[in-house]
Amino acid sequence: MKRIKKIVIIGLLGLFAPLLRAEMDIEITEGIESALPIAVVPFAQQGPAPVSISSVVSNDLGHSGYFKPMSEQYMPGRPTTPEAIQFEQWKSVGQNYIVIGQAIPAGNQYNVQFQLFDVNNGSQLLGYRMTSSAQDLRRTAHHISDLIFEKLIGKKGVFSGRIAYITSSGQGASATHRLQVADADGFNPQTIATSSEPLMSPSWSPDGRKMAYVSFERKTAAIYVQTLATGQRVKVAEFPGINGAPSWSPDGSKLALTLSKDGSPDIYVLNLINNSLTKITNSTAIDTEPTWSPDGSTIVFTSDRGGKPQLYRVSSQGGSEKRITFSGSYNARASFSPDGKNIAMVHGNGNDYRIAVLDVASGTINVLTSGPTDESPSFAPNGDLILYASQRGSGGYLAAVSLDGKMQQKLVFDSNAVREPAWSP
Amino acid sequence: MKLNKTLLALAISVLFLTACSDDEADQALTDGSQMGASGINDASTGGLNNGAGLGGSQFGSGAGGAGGYGNSRLGPEFSDPNNPLSKSTIYFMLDSSQIQPDFEPVIAAHARYLANHPNQRLALEGHADERGSREYNIALGENRSKSVANLMRAQGVSDGQLDLVSYGEEKPAAFGSDESAWELNRRVELVYK
Repeated sequence: MKRIKKIVIIGLLGLFAPLLRAEMDIEITEGIESALPIAVVPFAQQGPAPVSISSVVSNDLGHSGYFKPMSEQYMPGRPTTPEAIQFEQWKSVGQNYIVIGQAIPAGNQYNVQFQLFDVNNGSQLLGYRMTSSAQDLRRTAHHISDLIFEKLIGKKGVFSGRIAYITSSGQGASATHRLQVADADGFNPQTIATSSEPLMSPSWSPDGRKMAYVSFERKTAAIYVQTLATGQRVKVAEFPGINGAPSWSPDGSKLALTLSKDGSPDIYVLNLINNSLTKITNSTAIDTEPTWSPDGSTIVFTSDRGGKPQLYRVSSQGGSEKRITFSGSYNARASFSPDGKNIAMVHGNGNDYRIAVLDVASGTINVLTSGPTDESPSFAPNGDLILYASQRGSGGYLAAVSLDGKMQQKLVFDSNAVREPAWSP
Repeated sequence: MKLNKTLLALAISVLFLTACSDDEADQALTDGSQMGASGINDASTGGLNNGAGLGGSQFGSGAGGAGGYGNSRLGPEFSDPNNPLSKSTIYFMLDSSQIQPDFEPVIAAHARYLANHPNQRLALEGHADERGSREYNIALGENRSKSVANLMRAQGVSDGQLDLVSYGEEKPAAFGSDESAWELNRRVELVYK
């Protein structure tokens, strides 16, 4: 008897109508040399299936840079049960792994199962059975990709995550700015907010249900918190001057933000439960771009108090502030890795701005991208990938780089001006 | 070296007309990455000289016809190119919020107008070029609008007449990734309400 585990995919996004269209294509610009050959055989699907699970899984694994999925047209067979797999046949076409599965309608659900085998010895490495609504089949496929990725690569997959980003079209008075959320592969783009004035700095709540962002819709800066499922939103800050750079505390109860109501921009913490506001920094220089360490104990921010922007660290209760970057003339816009060991940032020298990672313990800076206009780094929840934006005049694109710099992807959108990516928790 | 920023300001509306097609933006982008290595000062000088030249040749034929006078509804003096009130954009050097001497008469003229029209309000919209991180650029843009506001207050404008907002790099006046675009984007726009 094969081992088959059972999990249930919960339909989180019932309110979002699915759009079976990607707004984005992913190009691997630099892949892992030893990408693993894997064959994801079309699943047995009765009747017209809304989603080809095998195609979604194959694309996910290929886009990661860690796999070389076999094209369907070269497959020597289409097994959908373990007994039908002729392992020698798959070995002879150079495959290391094979995935088979089924998606069988049952009432208004689908019973989905898949199995992953090592082609060399015929052993089963994974087997799962799950139920999914028709609407959630694509999400289920991403979960399958996550499971396969974690089993074979040893790191958590990020295929079932979502990304938020800002797009712009038109110019001047006819400009339209949108805050959007899409699946990690660019499908199901949902517009969270639209404005003829700029939108900025999306920040996910730790539970992934809300988003804080800056809107200039009233021709002045304000910070809103919006519940994604309902669209309901609350204005949490609209003081004179800057209201910017919201960043959620890891426990979800507070926002760090930048306000200049007392003069120069300083870091504040807004308690979202009782609306109390605590001033954390009090310099005459620019202090902005706060971000919480994952344990909530400290806040790292950008300050030009030393003449040029550098990163500083302060207790999230306030107190003494300590500079933490010393190499390069411009280090800004920190983003913590989920384990708190690394900080991604914008690292600039002259006209060249790249994404770099600071090793918090040693203070070593490792530059990951080639510039010259890279900005807005955001760690994926597995801590292995950093999403960032590269700006080009009126346009811009998103890209991702692995923490070791070996894997680089470019995310190509239909819209030509895409910026400020934020990976969901 | 004395650079003529006043002429540059007059040239802006002309540049806007020509700077916006996609092809030209792409071209500018390529130029920009090549120019980067030659240093900011060189690029800056070249850009300003070009701007002055363009402005000089277009000046007589009425740069204002292109819609460069954002505040012209307030009165004829706001669209008279010989009147400093016709200028509604203050430009800044790289990484600086210091008012350059060429723009002091422009700010003084608007301050005088506001002092004489105490019910009139003015928005000072600060901007930055695209380089560096976005929220930091919001702060740079605010420093620029504060510089203009401080000078106006010193000349009798009341706090309540001024609304400061910074858009950072979010509302560029010129597209392109080179110094000629960047210098047009480091600015404060004076927008009467």
